[in-house]
Amino acid sequence: MSLSVRDVWKSFYTNGVDQQVLRGVDLDIPAQSFVSLIGHSGCGKSTLINIVGGLSSASHGTVLLDGKPVTSPGPDRAMVFQQYSLLPRLSVIDNVRVAVGAARPEWSKAHVDDLVERYVTAVGLWEHRGKRPSEISGGMQQRAAVARAFAVEPRVLLLDEPFGALDPLTRARLQKQLIELWSSGSDTEIVLMVTHGVDEAVVLSDRVVVLGNPPRPSILDDIIVDIPRPRRTPEVFDDPKFRAIHGRLLRLLGADVEDELAA
Amino acid sequence: MPTDVLIAEDLDIAPLGELSNIPPSRLDPLDEVHPHIRASPVLRKTAGQKQLNNIKSVLGSGLWAMVGLAIVALAWWFASTKVAELPSPVVTAKTFGRLMKDPFHNGGPNDKGIGLQFIGSLQRVFFGFGIAALIGIPFGLFIGSSKRAWKAANPVIQLLRPVSPLAWFPIWLYVLKDSPQAAKFVILITALWPILINTAAAAGSVPPDQRNVAKVFKFNTRTYVRHVLLPNAMPGIVTGMRLSMGVAWMVIVAVEMMSVGTGVGFFVWEAYNAGDLSVVMAAIVMIGVVGLTLDMFFLKLGKRFALPGTAGAHS
Repeated sequence: MSLSVRDVWKSFYTNGVDQQVLRGVDLDIPAQSFVSLIGHSGCGKSTLINIVGGLSSASHGTVLLDGKPVTSPGPDRAMVFQQYSLLPRLSVIDNVRVAVGAARPEWSKAHVDDLVERYVTAVGLWEHRGKRPSEISGGMQQRAAVARAFAVEPRVLLLDEPFGALDPLTRARLQKQLIELWSSGSDTEIVLMVTHGVDEAVVLSDRVVVLGNPPRPSILDDIIVDIPRPRRTPEVFDDPKFRAIHGRLLRLLGADVEDELAA
Repeated sequence: MPTDVLIAEDLDIAPLGELSNIPPSRLDPLDEVHPHIRASPVLRKTAGQKQLNNIKSVLGSGLWAMVGLAIVALAWWFASTKVAELPSPVVTAKTFGRLMKDPFHNGGPNDKGIGLQFIGSLQRVFFGFGIAALIGIPFGLFIGSSKRAWKAANPVIQLLRPVSPLAWFPIWLYVLKDSPQAAKFVILITALWPILINTAAAAGSVPPDQRNVAKVFKFNTRTYVRHVLLPNAMPGIVTGMRLSMGVAWMVIVAVEMMSVGTGVGFFVWEAYNAGDLSVVMAAIVMIGVVGLTLDMFFLKLGKRFALPGTAGAHS
């Protein structure tokens, strides 16, 4: 199992100008890895994850999953969006159940119910399963979205700034929960996460890919995070490796801003 | 604080009121509590206080409604002392009493009680409105969901919408050879546009996140319509129905005056021909009451279908 992004280009035509958002992106992600995409607004990190998810198509190049090109969304690649992605009229459990039922029509009802119960319980929402999104907090809504994504048993989990709208405490707890779900016997082999958070990227990932804005290349850097797991916060913040990578990321992102200001 | 509470209750932001029944311990203690739960003073009231506030609210609104009505009645009475032909409110009230003595009186085509006339008009309105909803809602959902369909349909809608529905009367009369039937189809045209346009707008405003969820989790058309499209479009559909019903109720009077020979419009016109303006005035008040009742029904319906966390149909 591997995910390959091969020479992907994407341009948007806006206001008479062709914006080259992705400029020949190449990535190879082996199984059992957690990869973060980080970069400033407009660097195309969300565009890239949408192409991998099949929501958007590349202007040029392909995304291969196990050697097969990705052309549309599919249950092998579940996504978690930034926020407000639960269906407002459905309860927490129905949000998960309807999505799993739709994504996996071949599964029996009993099997669907089984998985729904397992993942809703795993994110700590079983007691709140009957509530609608408007009746629970933003953190709980996002946990429901994570449960929904895991419950379709995707091979690749795509996270588009999943914790961006949450307060720091909720964010930290949800990050921990995500890693636990991923490492405790889920079928998910690859996690690809778009984030703005430098700390978050380093703490969670095996690899951090830094994306740049034009005129720089799309991939500025590809950093391996070889800090052993489990990584405990806040202790990991004092790890020399963490500080080295953290500093490197800040310098890269800072330089990117300066280029932009100079341009 | 009571004023704030009254306003909140008037607007019926209360669906969240159910939350006040959740004991605090059942909310995840680690999670931040949703702001609605703590922020609203209404939700922290006990049931008794709420009931008292409801009573106060009804009495308060009722009182001011009476003040407004009294001012209008006074102005009407004053005008009637100056204009000899205009019946005073008292005369009108007496006429109203006379009309209501036997509202379902049926003495042939030219001698029907006012109740029968209203029933006739309402039947025509409901027929035209019902067909308009049956056509407008599915078609509106379709053109609201497809950009191409919208681009094709929008110019036609924009061209036809400003045409007075009464202009269609001769066409329908020619086709159907029967004026009460033609009136129904005039109502159909009247009611179609607001339903169609509001439904299409609502269907087009499904949040992109929800559309993406439907794509990622491979929702089939049925699941999409049921769980994404309809829930998001319902408030707009009901708003469209409410607007349609409002215009339809206005247009039915006009079309019945033209040549229908039955219904409220005909009744008003006959009263004018007979030179009895007090009957006209009594009928106007009744038309208003019926129109208000219809409007209230759709307002209530809109609140039922409002998306959680929003305050209901636009008034």
